[in-house]
Amino acid sequence: MDIGKIDQIIDKHQSEASSLIQILLDIQNENNWLPKEALARVSEKLAVPMSRIQHITTFYKHFSLSPKGKHEIHVCVGTACHVRGAERILDVVEEVTGVKPGETDPDLNFSVETVSCLGCCALGPVIVVDGEIHGNVQQAGTAEVLMALKRAETAEFLDKLEHAETAEVLNICACQ
Amino acid sequence: MPRIKSPVELETLRKEILSRRDADKPCITLCSGSACHATGSGNVAAALEQEIEKQGVAADVTYRRTGCHGFCEQGPIVVIYPQGICYLKVQPEDIAEIISATIKEQKIIERLLYVDVNTGEKATTEEEIPFYKNQERLVLGANRKIDPKSLEDYLAVEGYQALVKALFAMTPEQVVGEVKNAKLRGRGGAGFPSGVKWDFARNAPGDKKYVVVNCDEGDPGAYMDRSVMEGNPFAVLEGLMIGAYAIGADEGYIYVRQEYPLAVANLAIAIKKAEEYGLLGQDILGSGFDFTVKVHRGAGAFICGEETSLLNSLEGKPGEPNARPPFPATRGLWGKPTNINNVETWANIPLIINKGADFFSAIGTEGSKGTKIFSLVGKVNNTGLVEVPMGVSMRDIIFKIGGGVPGNKKFKAVQTGGPSGGCIPESLLDIKVDFDELTQAGAMMGSGGMIVMDEDTCLVDIARYFLAFLSDESCGKCTPCREGIRQMKKILTNMTRGLGQEGDIELLQELAEATKGSSMCALGKTAPNPVLSTINHFRDEYEAHIRERRCPSLSCKELIAFIIDPQKCKGCGACFRKCPAEAITGGKKRIHVIEQEKCTKCGGCLEACPAAFGAVYKISGEPVPEAIPEESRSIG
Repeated sequence: MDIGKIDQIIDKHQSEASSLIQILLDIQNENNWLPKEALARVSEKLAVPMSRIQHITTFYKHFSLSPKGKHEIHVCVGTACHVRGAERILDVVEEVTGVKPGETDPDLNFSVETVSCLGCCALGPVIVVDGEIHGNVQQAGTAEVLMALKRAETAEFLDKLEHAETAEVLNICACQ
Repeated sequence: MPRIKSPVELETLRKEILSRRDADKPCITLCSGSACHATGSGNVAAALEQEIEKQGVAADVTYRRTGCHGFCEQGPIVVIYPQGICYLKVQPEDIAEIISATIKEQKIIERLLYVDVNTGEKATTEEEIPFYKNQERLVLGANRKIDPKSLEDYLAVEGYQALVKALFAMTPEQVVGEVKNAKLRGRGGAGFPSGVKWDFARNAPGDKKYVVVNCDEGDPGAYMDRSVMEGNPFAVLEGLMIGAYAIGADEGYIYVRQEYPLAVANLAIAIKKAEEYGLLGQDILGSGFDFTVKVHRGAGAFICGEETSLLNSLEGKPGEPNARPPFPATRGLWGKPTNINNVETWANIPLIINKGADFFSAIGTEGSKGTKIFSLVGKVNNTGLVEVPMGVSMRDIIFKIGGGVPGNKKFKAVQTGGPSGGCIPESLLDIKVDFDELTQAGAMMGSGGMIVMDEDTCLVDIARYFLAFLSDESCGKCTPCREGIRQMKKILTNMTRGLGQEGDIELLQELAEATKGSSMCALGKTAPNPVLSTINHFRDEYEAHIRERRCPSLSCKELIAFIIDPQKCKGCGACFRKCPAEAITGGKKRIHVIEQEKCTKCGGCLEACPAAFGAVYKISGEPVPEAIPEESRSIG
């Protein structure tokens, strides 16, 4: 992540140590995860020890210390969604993406998270795919939405392969 | 906009705003709360703007995007005033007709009206819909009238009148006295008298004091604070300022969970507008009262709803609780006296100051005054936000307002108070809903979540669910909470997997008492409630899990099996195609059979089997019937 951008965020909060959580939230939202370099920069600029930053970033659920996938899927497992079958929806999400809650696939295509309530209880069960809320989802519908994303990713991968030179093909394959 | 410098200038502005508004001119309001947004109100808004232009009615109609109306399951909701015609589940393709028929020719579009699931009757206006008809919306009512981003709209509904009254006609002591006399109790969970709390902070020594809004609504299944914050942020700000004046604070913080981005956005706009108009900042309305406010986003920690944890989080620390006393009223944010209240509590303040303590305390029961917003969700027909006077019976809320349980299923229980609360069974449905009666019934008010459960919901699983949630959210600082919850969760998980043992119920009760008695903060102290209340009211379900390895609700995955009834299967193949585990064998015109070893119990087959056949069913606690032999599987 660009150091200039991090500095900008820190400056916006007037470099106050009490704004640590707000600064980390902004970096997380901007970059989708918190790289070590970014945390080091925050530690240096705010004069807050790295140990305290580690404490904060592991205490609060919103922070991620590893890169997130291109598509983020949040499955609401709040009580209202739970009684309407959220667990079975989560099973489908795991099945289709091959990713367990809290994890990201090695290709960095999908991250799956559970959330405890999105406040859309009247629409339960609810999933959020790339920021878009889908309400009253059933197993079949969930699978369809995710399969479409998966197909698009595969198509993009094949397209990349088709237009690449030999050396690049090897490179792409190695990455995957 | 120039700053408003006095109450007279504010009244002049209000009059000017009202004079520009014609009460008879048609006004189209569109709910734009989070839930309606999820059901596509953004696209409906675009269509509305386009169609108003296209059909040339821009001059004849006002259009407003409002906050949450509360009837979330029926969104997107469009209401047309002055008649109050209410259209539900509106889609962009309905808009042209709404303008051409309803706006231009006053014709009602029947297909968009509410239809009562039980009687089949239609309702034209909001007031005729049973969901709204039986409510008293003193706090939530303004949501549907105003654009949350418009200070003008808020002024048009008597906004800031209470602030003027407090600042210019009342002393801080009188304001505290009014809140005390109103007998307002905190809406966040514990129900502590707000006026008394204010008095503590007011009388605490120190020049610097703070006021804080708790909008870390972490209780899964409750979302009234989100709706108030999103839909009427000025009311929360006004209440907060009155509180600040009363206790002698000049700085406030609003702590909003980051899962509520729309609330954060609308609040930021409201604060900016209020600053521009001089309704925040120095010397507000020429009264000499200064007040500034900052928004702080939470980062995902349920424990931050607990006040001392929230204050630690505000200071940029991990949200771990402190032992009380000292209470925040004497030693709060940065060690200064701090008064912290929940969103709904703050939103009640302008009402109390405007209408007086007598008006407020005339509503409700002896011990609980005013109204309360509940989020009525789960297995209930009309889901959404419900605001009723304290003391209405639980049965009325669920059956009169909520329209009962869908799909002819039987009501089993309602969980109130979230993970800290308890279950109320059918036999107690006639209790009056207020702080004291709910506690007596072994549940609690909490923040007002009401999750209705039907015969398909397993109460052992619900207890396990809450403990799994709390074990995840326990900050781990004190041992009884951290370990007690974990051990109880382990026992319950075993039960739902068919590994329960005799004596488990007694062990759970013992662990529950220990955790309750020795945890540091309310999270641990209340964590055993769901376990104790489900054992108390549904002991037979626990016993069935332990003794018969049977889940009476046919819900616990490891205790059930899916079966296809050979008498009913028509060989359509719907289940075969949906099965992700390839556990179904069949073929054209052949009876389908589930191979139990392969079945993952996802329930896809049950969902897929056409209702007309209804061939898939579940069993628990009994042996799986022998599969019908290959040679007899042909149909017809």
